[in-house]
Amino acid sequence: MQEASPAPVHVHAPPTGFLRKYVFSLDHKVIGLQYYGLALAAVTLGMVLSWLMRFHLVWPTIRVPGLELISKVGAPGGIITPEYYLSLLTMHGTLMVFFVLTNAPFAAFGNFFLPIQIGAEDMAFPRFNMMSFWTTFAAFLVLMLAFFIPDGPPISGWTAYAPLSALGSDAGPGLGWGQNLWAISIALFCVGSLLGALNFIATTLDLRAKGMTLMRMPICTWAWFITSCIALLAFAVLLPAVLLLILDRLAGTSFFIPSGLVVSDRLQPHAGGSPLLWQHLFWFFGHPEVYIAILPSMGIVSHVLINSMRKPLLSAKVIIYSMLSIGFLSWMVWGHHMFVSGMNPFSSLLFSFPTLTITIPATIMTLIWLGSLYGANIRITSAALFALGFISMFVSGGVSGFFLAQPSIDIYLHATYFVVGHFHMVMGVASIFGVFAGTYFWFGKMTGRMLNETLGKIHFWATFIGTYCIFMPFHYLGLVGNIRRYSTFVDDFMGPLMPLHKFITIAAFFTGAAQLIFLYNLAHSRFFGKPAPQNPWEGTTLEWSVPSPPPWNNFGDKHPVIYHDPYQYGVNGLKGDYVMQDSPEQIVGGV
Amino acid sequence: MSTATYTPVGIPAVKAPRDLSLAKSRSAADGASRSGIWVGIFAITMSFAAFTSALFVREGAAGDWTHLTLPSILYANTAALLLSSLTLERSRRSLAAQTLSRATPQYITSAAAHNAIIWLGVTLALGLLFIVGQCQAWRELAAQGLFLATNANSSFFYVFTGMHILHLLGGVAALAYMIGQLVGSHSAFRRARFENTAIYWHFMGILWVYLLFVLRTRL
Amino acid sequence: MGKLFAVVLVIIALVSAYPIVTHKYVQPEDISTHGHAIDEQLSDTMAESGFAFLGAQFLLAFFVWKFTERKDGAKVRHMPGGAKVMVVAAFILVGTEVLALGVFGQKAWASVYFAPAKSDDLQVQVQAGQFAFYFRYPGPDGKFGQLHPDKIDEGNSNFFGLDPANDVESRDDVVAAELAIPVDREVHLLMHAKDVGHSFYVRELRLQQDFVPGLDLSLHFTATKTGKYEILCTQLCGLGHYNMKAYLDVMSQDDYDKWMKEKVSEQ
Repeated sequence: MQEASPAPVHVHAPPTGFLRKYVFSLDHKVIGLQYYGLALAAVTLGMVLSWLMRFHLVWPTIRVPGLELISKVGAPGGIITPEYYLSLLTMHGTLMVFFVLTNAPFAAFGNFFLPIQIGAEDMAFPRFNMMSFWTTFAAFLVLMLAFFIPDGPPISGWTAYAPLSALGSDAGPGLGWGQNLWAISIALFCVGSLLGALNFIATTLDLRAKGMTLMRMPICTWAWFITSCIALLAFAVLLPAVLLLILDRLAGTSFFIPSGLVVSDRLQPHAGGSPLLWQHLFWFFGHPEVYIAILPSMGIVSHVLINSMRKPLLSAKVIIYSMLSIGFLSWMVWGHHMFVSGMNPFSSLLFSFPTLTITIPATIMTLIWLGSLYGANIRITSAALFALGFISMFVSGGVSGFFLAQPSIDIYLHATYFVVGHFHMVMGVASIFGVFAGTYFWFGKMTGRMLNETLGKIHFWATFIGTYCIFMPFHYLGLVGNIRRYSTFVDDFMGPLMPLHKFITIAAFFTGAAQLIFLYNLAHSRFFGKPAPQNPWEGTTLEWSVPSPPPWNNFGDKHPVIYHDPYQYGVNGLKGDYVMQDSPEQIVGGV
Repeated sequence: MSTATYTPVGIPAVKAPRDLSLAKSRSAADGASRSGIWVGIFAITMSFAAFTSALFVREGAAGDWTHLTLPSILYANTAALLLSSLTLERSRRSLAAQTLSRATPQYITSAAAHNAIIWLGVTLALGLLFIVGQCQAWRELAAQGLFLATNANSSFFYVFTGMHILHLLGGVAALAYMIGQLVGSHSAFRRARFENTAIYWHFMGILWVYLLFVLRTRL
Repeated sequence: MGKLFAVVLVIIALVSAYPIVTHKYVQPEDISTHGHAIDEQLSDTMAESGFAFLGAQFLLAFFVWKFTERKDGAKVRHMPGGAKVMVVAAFILVGTEVLALGVFGQKAWASVYFAPAKSDDLQVQVQAGQFAFYFRYPGPDGKFGQLHPDKIDEGNSNFFGLDPANDVESRDDVVAAELAIPVDREVHLLMHAKDVGHSFYVRELRLQQDFVPGLDLSLHFTATKTGKYEILCTQLCGLGHYNMKAYLDVMSQDDYDKWMKEKVSEQ
């Protein structure tokens, strides 16, 4: 019984002209693709930076041809200096955390698919949506500028601990205008993310199609919704923190700079500030940021996994409640980054407990994914491989969290490669695997052309094995006590570890090179790939009920009406073993 | 898979419990903008909570916390801002009589619009007066030699008031926009936008009272 | 392809665990009185995490092996017990683990941070600055002189900003570039940062603590074995961060007395 819908009032008119269609577009799908493109540019650059770092760590005296053209000071004759190493490290972290891990799984896929999956024509505020992308883009450009100023990029790490980040160029190269640009870029990024999060929340709350109750939303929609709630709070705290940092730097205030500091033989004209204040504000944002990076990937992976397994999860509700409790707990754990920072040692114990508690919902999710595989009929596609790889990575990165959540062990492991291995695996690689799974799954829907599956599988194997080769050994290095953020290991202690470092570097080059396959696949398939059918994977959710790519107003003039829970697989449907959400047929069979 | 088991039933398998099919019509979009304004208010609250906790931490961090006397003009400014909330309500009332159901097109008589415009204008003027008054407070502090970077107290004073004005400017712009909508053809006027502007403006008043309380007790 | 995934995953899991099981990469020998508690906690956690890691990877491999592109034509089905079993399992397995680790971990933490300092401990001040540590002993009078940041003058080796002209207590203060301490005696380390954040890390002591500018913290520890050990800065502090280190020289009491005498006579 398709009810007659009222003539739709479109959120915006069909776009005309090149600028409105592709540049300043109001269409959430174009904006999603723009975010994806931005993340792709950022991740490529971030990866090259990590190559340079790895290269410098094991062959510090060998020149990198051409690097002197990019920075005469940082790499004279193509040899990376210690301070340029720190610049690379700072820019790598900032690019990856903000412009890749926040943009790709959340802003890019969320923008493209959230409105479609809830049956909406567009975001609630298309103009805000456009503004949030272009603000983020401006943030990216401002950050990139730091490479080209004489001072060079900042050297204070992506966490920009004060007072190092607040004191200006006295404290070291890159801490003058480089750090200013960094702070301005992050402030802009906060504004863009806040606008985006606001849009996501309002859209999910108010623009759902008829019959799309909250519990009928696909798991990835839930993940984006929860993520946007976290992002709204997190960036609302980072923004004031960065503004205060900018004031300390440019207006001479002393929020984060205490009295009596002597830097470069100069007594600094500041008084009374608190360096720990910066750490508290930063990590109050910083830890939820980890979940901003991983939750959308959890959602995408669940979505892809269910489709590949041809059966629903043991319980989608439990997954959603677990994500909600992770989101909730993420506000009580920021102090676990500060166990040895000089914070009151009692509060370390207080922060340790909720941190360990987060393991429970995370384990529940893992067990639900694992248990759901039982009795499935898995179709191995590139997307499915990456989704399965995600589970493996999430477990590997997750168990090392056990160590770091305990303040006593953190005394030994803090600031070692163990920490680097932990967060790269769980927040970096796992999250990126979610993005890969999403890309192989949805590329056809996004562009109208399918990605090449053979290349996709080759890409998976190289990436899966490669990332393990890179990041597992990080844990071993950490156990021995190898310190992070050192540009050169100048002592005898590190000598025996150099072979392992060389192995990691070679693995990094190999894995990075494998990403060229992915880039080629994207570029080639975009123009020469097989045309994508409407529902290539026999999916059930609303994105598969519209053409590939969807028209500018998603559903044309008809309004979707939702009859079912999102994942009706393993049933006797009209078209096969699945029933789509907007199909009025009755469900027969099922697990 | 068996098509035989499928009987083309006329009823949905699960009854759609909530009618959101007006999603593309105005009222759902209005609902979204109402959610949007509350979500935005939530985010702004969070930001100022961060500023406030920064103040508390900073106060406890070092022994350099002195006291400064707030310029008394702040209280007059507060009165102006609170009064502006009342005049805004007055403007809203004059349109309330024109309230029509959501389904029917909205029509506003020119007399009601005229009234609303006048009270909106008064609200806008009071808002601007508040901003001018805050600038006057800054000048008074500056005359005492208290600038942004002079000491922690003055830093927080300028940051709190400055950030509040920055957010208030958004409200000023919205008020000006609403006046424009009413002065022009009334058909473009959207009641929901007016309501959202009112919510935001009242929130700015409440926020300022809170900030004043913090400044008064901590500085 | 599912079977390949399973095989590769099992190989990855085994290869990853191999260096851990064979203790190829372990922390250097502990030379502190509190370190064994941390080491125990670490190896307990390693056992539990290792079990969880291998268990989960093997289970994933097994299920993917068994349930990929099945030829038997059987319908998909759910695991007996369903989600409830999983949730209960997670709560029991991880919940107890969390509690156990949390409770036992407190002991190790408490031994570093909550144990009261002994009254006869050796007081040493350490100052971290870009990019060196300096250590100050109170000298024969047992009292530290005041610090005056404006008097810091590295050219004249006044690293701490002492004012011997006016401050009697500072005249006999011993300043050194290495941390010499007697073995088996508790050391009370007063931590002071000159410019930006730094950290004090000695692997063998199982000790790591940040320096916070503007906030003087203290640590106490007892070294149980003589020898020379590296003190590293582990908080990113600027371009020379990688090169910021000093040595901890744990000496016998006699050697320490001799060393101190020499230093005092140099003053």
